[in-house]
Amino acid sequence: MTSPRSNRRRRFRETLIGLAWTSPWLVGSALFVFLPMAMSLYYSFTDFPLIEPPIWTGTSNYARMGDDPTFLRVVHNTAIYAAFSIPLCTILGVSLAALLQGRVRFARFFRACIFIPTLVPLVAVAMVWMWLFNGEFGFINQALSRIGIKGPAWIVDASWVMPSMIIMSLWSVGQSVVIYTAAMQDVPRHLYEAARLDGMTAFQRFRHVTVPMISPAILFNVIVMTINAVQVFAVPYVMFRRPDGQNPAGHFYTMYLYENAFVYGQMGYACAMAWLQLLIILALTGAMFLASRKLVYYRGA
Amino acid sequence: MPNPAPSRAISSAVRYLLLTAVSFAFLMPLVWMVSTSIKPESQAASGRVALLPDPVSSAPSQAAENYAQVWNDPAVQFPIYLRNTLVVAALSVIGMTLSSAMVAYGLSRVRWKGRGLILTLVLATMMIPFPVIMAPLYIVFRSIDRAMEGAGILPAAESLRMIGSLKPLWIPAWFGGAFNIFLLRQFYMGLPKELDEAARLDGMSHWGIFWRIILPLSRPALAVVALFHFIYVWNDFIGPLIFLTHRDTFTLALGLQLYQGQAGMTPWNLLMAASTLVVAPVLVLFMITQRTLVEGISSSGLKD
Repeated sequence: MTSPRSNRRRRFRETLIGLAWTSPWLVGSALFVFLPMAMSLYYSFTDFPLIEPPIWTGTSNYARMGDDPTFLRVVHNTAIYAAFSIPLCTILGVSLAALLQGRVRFARFFRACIFIPTLVPLVAVAMVWMWLFNGEFGFINQALSRIGIKGPAWIVDASWVMPSMIIMSLWSVGQSVVIYTAAMQDVPRHLYEAARLDGMTAFQRFRHVTVPMISPAILFNVIVMTINAVQVFAVPYVMFRRPDGQNPAGHFYTMYLYENAFVYGQMGYACAMAWLQLLIILALTGAMFLASRKLVYYRGA
Repeated sequence: MPNPAPSRAISSAVRYLLLTAVSFAFLMPLVWMVSTSIKPESQAASGRVALLPDPVSSAPSQAAENYAQVWNDPAVQFPIYLRNTLVVAALSVIGMTLSSAMVAYGLSRVRWKGRGLILTLVLATMMIPFPVIMAPLYIVFRSIDRAMEGAGILPAAESLRMIGSLKPLWIPAWFGGAFNIFLLRQFYMGLPKELDEAARLDGMSHWGIFWRIILPLSRPALAVVALFHFIYVWNDFIGPLIFLTHRDTFTLALGLQLYQGQAGMTPWNLLMAASTLVVAPVLVLFMITQRTLVEGISSSGLKD
């Protein structure tokens, strides 16, 4: 029999052991996540040009955003990008997974082709697409000219920058296809058989069996894509920066945040933008979870 | 009832047609990248759409010439960028795998009161994107430099300086990553309890159990973590962009961007050769580890 006292001592010892094993993350997250977050919250209320100490200015960084035309433009661009690329990527991703569903010969090859682009480093993605989109000698406009279409100056022409960005985002749909494929494999076969007996067409089975059954995977992917779209940086940074300044149509939220922090020496403003970005992501994710209560079907829940 | 056979044959033909077209569209950018990289400049930037240079027999020598020119470029030193990238990748992959496994062990095989709370915190930090903390993170490392200057360490031991060195890119990896901790913790929860109970009765310590039982058993999960993290480091652009200040410390991703942004215009055939050099290692790695990678992604975040 153990006495309550030795019991308590044992529990204490186990807590110490648990803390010791998790200490790398406890120390690391304190130093590299929570401390920076607390610092940036403080800086967001200051004027901080980096070479001099921060000066408290209250909420002026946040108040300034509404009057900053560049800020409004990057918010607008990022929102448009997310609003188009996320639904289009979802439709494409689910459709490709559906095409690969069931017994398909060479499925592994097709899946590899779709997946490989997601492995390409983002700087190389930007480089390759700059070349494909090249107005004069790019592959896309060359191909278009063969069928008698004169292609636009894609990444130079302000009105074609956003379509270019969205096309590039479709190219990296592969990870979500892998997840949708896995989700579709988990759909019980008897549901499809029942649907077939009810006389459903292939499209109806897709619409009324597959889509509801994989809705948790769709929610997961939409949230991941939202977080990624809100912080899009490397591709537009490489593509749309010009020696003579920024191409305004290709200016996105995180690029402006980066410029404020590391180019213009406006660390306070950059930190305010960072906190706003976090709040936007939390709000969007929260809203999706709420909306999904009616739309997402959880088996056994 | 109409005969379903012809319609099924048609739908199957449509499916293969679509899949072939999609595969072509997804691969075309990379095919074109390689194709451009083996052409002379005059043919790369011309109205001619062809996979191989003209004459075709010039392809090997032209490829050799272009790649050698990129590799030996005096202003942009790809051999050094490759070395730097491999240093960061090796140090971060080892640190990330080991530390995440330790934390995951503490969150799954040790029974203690606070572990639910810590797990919740780990999951919460997964939601924080890097841009949110990048600016103050830079200041954290700058403060470490300042503190070392104050203590008289710094001008003396310059190799300890953080900003401008590779250290800020791999040191944080030694403290575990939220996603990897979660992935390994899920794996460890699935291992039978009897394993460590028997080992404990034999008098084995936690360290012994971790090192001799859990780590060997979790090799597949560790491989997924190592692979994901290697690809992450290889692709990372924003981290090197913030912390690296001298050209000789650049990583490949940053070097590629420098190559493109150089004064004047780097010709497209050379830019594509450089891009191919950066892309190829990841693709080779994918060919070798395809199954591990795909299984890792399909299980990420979905299984509870």
